[in-house]
Amino acid sequence: MRQSAALSARRRGRQLWFGLNTRSVAEGAVQNLLLLASLVSIVTTVGIVAVLIFETVEFFQEVSILEFLTDRQWTPLFTQQHFGIAPLFTATVLIAVGAMTVALPIGLVTAIYLSEYAPDRLRSIVKPILEVLAGIPTIVYGYFALLFITPILRAIFPQMQTFNAASAAIVMGIMIVPYISSLSEEAMGAVPRSLREAAYALGSTKMEVATRVVVPAAASGIVAAFILGVSRAIGETMIVAIAAGQQARLSFNPLQGMETMTAYIVQVSLGDTPTGTIEFKTIFAVGMALFLMTFLLNMASRWLLRRFREVYQ
Amino acid sequence: MQKTSIANQQRARMQLAVVGLTATVLSLVAAACGGGAKPIATSTPTATLTTPATPTTPTAPTITPVKLSGKVEIDGSSTVFPVTEAVAEEYQKLHRDVKVTVGISGTGGGFKRFCSGETDISDASRPISAAEIEQCKKTGVEFVEIPVAYDGLSVMVNPSNTWATSMTVAELKKLWAPEAQGVITRWIQVRPDWPDQPINLYGPGTDSGTFDYFTEAITGKAKASRGDFTASEDDNVLVQGIAGDRNALGYFGYAYYIENTGKLKLVAVDGGKGPVLPTEETILSNTYQPLSRPLFIYVKKQAAERPEVKEFIRFYLTAGRPLIKQVGYIQIPSVVYDIALQRFEKAVVGSVYGPNVPTSAKLEVIFKAP
Repeated sequence: MRQSAALSARRRGRQLWFGLNTRSVAEGAVQNLLLLASLVSIVTTVGIVAVLIFETVEFFQEVSILEFLTDRQWTPLFTQQHFGIAPLFTATVLIAVGAMTVALPIGLVTAIYLSEYAPDRLRSIVKPILEVLAGIPTIVYGYFALLFITPILRAIFPQMQTFNAASAAIVMGIMIVPYISSLSEEAMGAVPRSLREAAYALGSTKMEVATRVVVPAAASGIVAAFILGVSRAIGETMIVAIAAGQQARLSFNPLQGMETMTAYIVQVSLGDTPTGTIEFKTIFAVGMALFLMTFLLNMASRWLLRRFREVYQ
Repeated sequence: MQKTSIANQQRARMQLAVVGLTATVLSLVAAACGGGAKPIATSTPTATLTTPATPTTPTAPTITPVKLSGKVEIDGSSTVFPVTEAVAEEYQKLHRDVKVTVGISGTGGGFKRFCSGETDISDASRPISAAEIEQCKKTGVEFVEIPVAYDGLSVMVNPSNTWATSMTVAELKKLWAPEAQGVITRWIQVRPDWPDQPINLYGPGTDSGTFDYFTEAITGKAKASRGDFTASEDDNVLVQGIAGDRNALGYFGYAYYIENTGKLKLVAVDGGKGPVLPTEETILSNTYQPLSRPLFIYVKKQAAERPEVKEFIRFYLTAGRPLIKQVGYIQIPSVVYDIALQRFEKAVVGSVYGPNVPTSAKLEVIFKAP
């Protein structure tokens, strides 16, 4: 009976000075703590972007943007310095595209299977295994590409070099499959049953429901998953540093080695470049290019999601 | 209603107790783990050694009556790495409480860390440069220069490369000069009777002493090289690259060839007196020109006062001599090892090399007994 009265004294809080009481102080403290936590991440992001911008601006005071964008060689550490980002950029894009051609079909088909076809028991086995795939450290993937995939591919293509873009792309695709499949499956799961049932009622087969009803309905989520996969592929460092090589080469031949933007940053950072030199600033210029690429991709994915999301009541 | 209130209170107290207990347990575990991860305490300065370190018995390992412990931090050349690593392994077998770590940042990278006081010993495949001496002077790091081996910097190709059996210095210069960047990309451009195939080049990176030495010997100016090749301080990366590519050519230390004879093929270098393959005899007698070179280690004088470091250097220059041959490099003359050890014991600091003393000078001449 005492319960139904006003808040018990303990919950009301003890009275302190200046009209405060322990309850409101506790509430306020927690609120400020949470605000501080979110501020930390904001401040860190702003800090990183500020450093990138600052050093990149300094870099472009010595190297013209035109040369950066149009020169076809990248040799900042050597006597004849060339600062054309094209070799690094094409390597990054080529390997990312290769990775997506592996990851997207496999990931999407896996997602469709898990979402539409798989019996519950099978799904409960396959999903954890996919999680394991996502949990493997990328450096292990890198060595897997170099020591396992490359010899297999070399048996098919004898002219393949030890360090080549193809192995890196394939293994990167395998690494990205869990991301695509889990996000796509979630998107497909969000499609209401009523749509499926309506399609079945009209006489569709399971395949037609899956491909003609569910996937188009979940399209925005699937595209978002795809773009996330691409961002992951572009930013991936260890696999390409180990398996794709360290020679900045402007080439579209996947059988050759090429250096991506991330691999170049690793190469210079591991070395002995004095602070403040132009070679040092190239790290930030390339980092800025990477950041811009992933930033634009994220913006694109958010726009797509917002634009094409179908809201179901 | 009262029942639920009491139950709630009890539940709340239970939860609090569980949280408190977990926190205590976790913090205890963290403290235990964190304590274990602390670095090994530095060696006891009171341990005085009475080692009979006689430089005239090269094969007898020095016997220490007192147990040594501590850390020896080594970094630098990837060329010298196989030797230092082999010596470190044997040394750690004798002294199990000493931890020796060897890095491969490249000669330049190693000197940078050495002069900033981070490492005790720096491996180098070239003498310390004037700029690095200046840097060490600024930070107050004094060093003892110790030659440890000869290397024949080898030019290597893939075993299925049948055409490049020998190259002249002029051809190597044509291939590796900065002007060749983007221009000399096919074998036929180096020598007309070679096949019209692309060349894929592999070599050490810009931090490497091997890079400095090769460029100085071949193109005439240190660090003057083309940039469009696979550059890596890790010579194993280069071995793998060349071993997997028919059109590859690369250069690195002779020891890496010895370790991978099945995967690589040597190219004889013609330094003006006919093509010479690097072998023990040709490197020692300096007929393998211009790519024969001495390898060094540089010891920080302050670090050498620690017993584990002092013992390590003694071990290197006495019991380490046969290891140099095992690894694939060439032993310097015995008398030079003895002189080097004497200079170390007497802590003779500074480099014997300079503008008047080239790297190709005979070691017996420039390293004088203290």
